[in-house]
Amino acid sequence: MAKKVLVLAETREGALRNVSFEAIAAAKQLSGGGEVVAVLLGDAVSDFGQELVNYGADRVVTVEHPHLKHYTSDGYGQAFMAIVEQESPEALVFGHTAVGKDLSPKIASKLQTGLISDVTAIEGEGDDAVFVRPIYSGKAFEKVKNKEGVSFITVRPNNITPLAKEERSGDISSLSVDITNLRTIIKNVVRKSTEGVDLSEAKVIVAGGRGVKSADGFAPLQELANLLGGAVGASRGACDADYVDYSLQIGQTGKVVTPDLYIAAGISGAIQHLAGMSNSKVIVAINKDPEANIFKVADYGIVGDLFEVIPMLTEEFKKVM
Amino acid sequence: MNIYVLVKRTFDTEEKLVISNGQIQEDGAEFIINPYDEYAIEEAITVRDAHGGEVTVITMGGEEAEKQLRTALAMGADKAVLINTEDDVEEMDQFTSAYILAEYLKDKNPDLILAGNVAIDGGSGQVGPRVADLLGINYVTTITDLKIDGTTVTITRDIEGDAEELETSLPLLVTAQQGLNEPRYPSLPGIMKAKKKPLEELELDDLDIEEDDVEAKTETIEIYLPPKKAAGRVLQGDLSAQVTELVGLLRNEAKVI
Repeated sequence: MAKKVLVLAETREGALRNVSFEAIAAAKQLSGGGEVVAVLLGDAVSDFGQELVNYGADRVVTVEHPHLKHYTSDGYGQAFMAIVEQESPEALVFGHTAVGKDLSPKIASKLQTGLISDVTAIEGEGDDAVFVRPIYSGKAFEKVKNKEGVSFITVRPNNITPLAKEERSGDISSLSVDITNLRTIIKNVVRKSTEGVDLSEAKVIVAGGRGVKSADGFAPLQELANLLGGAVGASRGACDADYVDYSLQIGQTGKVVTPDLYIAAGISGAIQHLAGMSNSKVIVAINKDPEANIFKVADYGIVGDLFEVIPMLTEEFKKVM
Repeated sequence: MNIYVLVKRTFDTEEKLVISNGQIQEDGAEFIINPYDEYAIEEAITVRDAHGGEVTVITMGGEEAEKQLRTALAMGADKAVLINTEDDVEEMDQFTSAYILAEYLKDKNPDLILAGNVAIDGGSGQVGPRVADLLGINYVTTITDLKIDGTTVTITRDIEGDAEELETSLPLLVTAQQGLNEPRYPSLPGIMKAKKKPLEELELDDLDIEEDDVEAKTETIEIYLPPKKAAGRVLQGDLSAQVTELVGLLRNEAKVI
């Protein structure tokens, strides 16, 4: 049966997020030939509507309100539920992002539905869709399906291929929603993430471990990451030693990432760290210890001192890019 | 202050997974308190010590989860509740868990509920916010700092690496992110005391829940291990030749740059 699917699109630093285009592609598959309606919430977001259409949304509905400038589960929850009431969707797709993770359980609770979170692949379409998601931080996978009623998923960034962007046409409408009684007031957002590239969406990650030895030791890693348009990550060892903030930690506690290229520098490869990164498409290991566990999951390895290898790598990339 | 902590028993992070008959083998595996729930327990104890009140830890599952509850009591929680679902619920999902927990909590008037922001096994991160929604209270996820003054709560939370500062009020549910605190280890006197602390065991009947009320909305149809990766290549030769070769491989063979 063809389904009407609502997608929650998100912006970050004045642009639509890639994961929103990926969510539209997921919704298309889930719709089984039905309709994909993208939802945009914010204080001034209607300008982004056409781009969502160009990425495959059949329609776009926006809610603009000063109370939606910052995400709160109350504000977004009220706006999203108003759209659900108007549209009566049969399926929902969010990105598995800070906003998606926080809001989706609330919406699922209100609709009394299941919620299959952190989906990395979809098999089949429409009612027969089966969702693949990592468990134990990627040590295993499970296939899950929705038993009945509205199906609701969040998709992990970087795993589902977006549709090609092309000139398409679709209706962009706005809905006026009264947003009241916010129980949370956002005071301030302190930007700590590096160079605006979010770890979970980065195509390239340069990660350091205890072998980086100090906070300053991360500078050459950052330089390489910047050159490749990527982000810096870290093992638990490096975070525990205070070289970098815990928000950069990759592993079974910390973030689970699946970039195209993961460069592990001075990381031994404890099982907890491997859980967080071993599903990356290509893994490069740089370590002084040829016996280091990280070489077992690496596609390419260099046995050597990261403080020699990383700057050489940066120079070499500069030559060819 | 009336404080509750939602706790899950999980596989130790050191464990390698073995699957047989389509299920993850639990025999002989070590189990721990979900690491993110440890931050929640630690924070609950800290809040109680500063503001007074009582910390109750709650978990669901079988008898064996008693061990993790005793550990939480040894850390300093006052009371524990085990909702034994083993005989009543065949298949659980996050809808099921949240429903049961909310039914237990609905007449307890909690001021503050804490949970881990995610469990390292299922990894859904849903149960905390779902419980808050069912109870009609506000929630804040992935918190890294918590200050309570009267009923005013000031929080810092992690949003994809950035820090968001916000203000809200009790009653409230929060989920803990790494960096919130450094969980204590149970002390020997703590372990001795924990043996005498109250641990209540309930079944769905005690909460007036029918099996049909909590039937899972989703169904796991297969569990499998990721395909084994073929052994990679450790490059040879002098270092600068290796670096040149690596860049070539990444561009031409792997095609990721």
